[in-house]
Amino acid sequence: MGDVNRSLTLEGSEQGFATTRVDALLGWARKYSLFAYPFVTACCGMEYMALTSPRYDLARFGAEAPRFSPRQSDLLWVVGTISQRQAPVLKRIYEQMMEPKYVLAFGTCASSGGFYDNYTTVAGIDKVIPTDVYIPGCPPRPEAVMDGLMLLQDRIARNERRPGVVKPRLDPVAEAKALVQIRKSAKDPREVLPAIKTEEARSLIERGGGTK
Amino acid sequence: MSQIALDKLRERFGASILETHSAFGDDTAVVDPAAWKAVCTFLREDPALDFDMPVDLCGVDYPNRAAVGRMEVVMHLYSISQKHRIRLKARVGDEDMDGAEIDSVTSIWSGMNWLEREVFDMSGVRFRGHPDLRRILMYPEFEGHPLQRTYPADRTQPLVPYRTEDEAGMPLNKLEPFGYDEGMPFGRQGPHPRAEDN
Repeated sequence: MGDVNRSLTLEGSEQGFATTRVDALLGWARKYSLFAYPFVTACCGMEYMALTSPRYDLARFGAEAPRFSPRQSDLLWVVGTISQRQAPVLKRIYEQMMEPKYVLAFGTCASSGGFYDNYTTVAGIDKVIPTDVYIPGCPPRPEAVMDGLMLLQDRIARNERRPGVVKPRLDPVAEAKALVQIRKSAKDPREVLPAIKTEEARSLIERGGGTK
Repeated sequence: MSQIALDKLRERFGASILETHSAFGDDTAVVDPAAWKAVCTFLREDPALDFDMPVDLCGVDYPNRAAVGRMEVVMHLYSISQKHRIRLKARVGDEDMDGAEIDSVTSIWSGMNWLEREVFDMSGVRFRGHPDLRRILMYPEFEGHPLQRTYPADRTQPLVPYRTEDEAGMPLNKLEPFGYDEGMPFGRQGPHPRAEDN
């Protein structure tokens, strides 16, 4: 921040212009002007509200403006469980959006149906509409959602429509296996707690947190 | 709590009260479905009982009890003035759910309207004399009644056809970490029947 008045000279040209490809320029422009249509159906909506609050400042990504008409929006946020009864509505909303359009599945239910493995729930919105980014979590933390948004921006900039998934920072299965291993290999029960603390510190550093 | 209600019911209806039991203050009467409406009217109108609040109505399916009536209609009542509760049960329907009919009590408690529609929708019990017996939770195109134990656990009835891989132009397998085995398939033992597709 600080140096707002710094002037920038573009390299490669004495006249001050830059060359690029049209699709790259379009991708760059699209990635910072995502007009959102929030399709909020369930409890993930609370986390969506937190996400759109000033604390997380979605304006940094150019994605803060909601449009409550699908005809004016580029990005469909599907936030929450989609029931079979609601699927036609979701599909219709999607079809009303203008190209290019992107879809973001917010939370485990929208991504895969979550634990609603039953007669009334669509097991993931990709059964009905194409989906660009999946964000697991029940609900996902706003940080995970911002990861997803940046993942989507990256895809848009590279003009790539392959779906992406936000990877959880913490793999609970690996973590549990490590803890079981510690418990098994300890000869003295008093060794267990210090060993767990060491493992937690190591895992935190591996995930990019804590102090090195 | 409402032993008085059970006593009064037995005295008044005799053989129509098939069994009663009380455990830890919960009083239950199993009622002959033919006497359902008469019993409810009595519970509502007797001043000492005065059950003025319909709390809940639901259907419980016992497929191996087809001899006495497979679907149990369970009603919970509360009296705001007398501060007591009672649970009524009636068993209807044979193993194919034929004859799963019972009188509607919407004329006694108008609040029972939607509850009876829910039991009809979920369990398939038909309420005689209900003013508007339609599905309330599922969509009209839905076939069958999902809370019957004979409804297949993995049967879905999509309103919009699911996308095919040709349409999508890409494989539609679930991406990591989403698989068929994620989440909590409650009460399901062994691998998911669709697991081999993944």
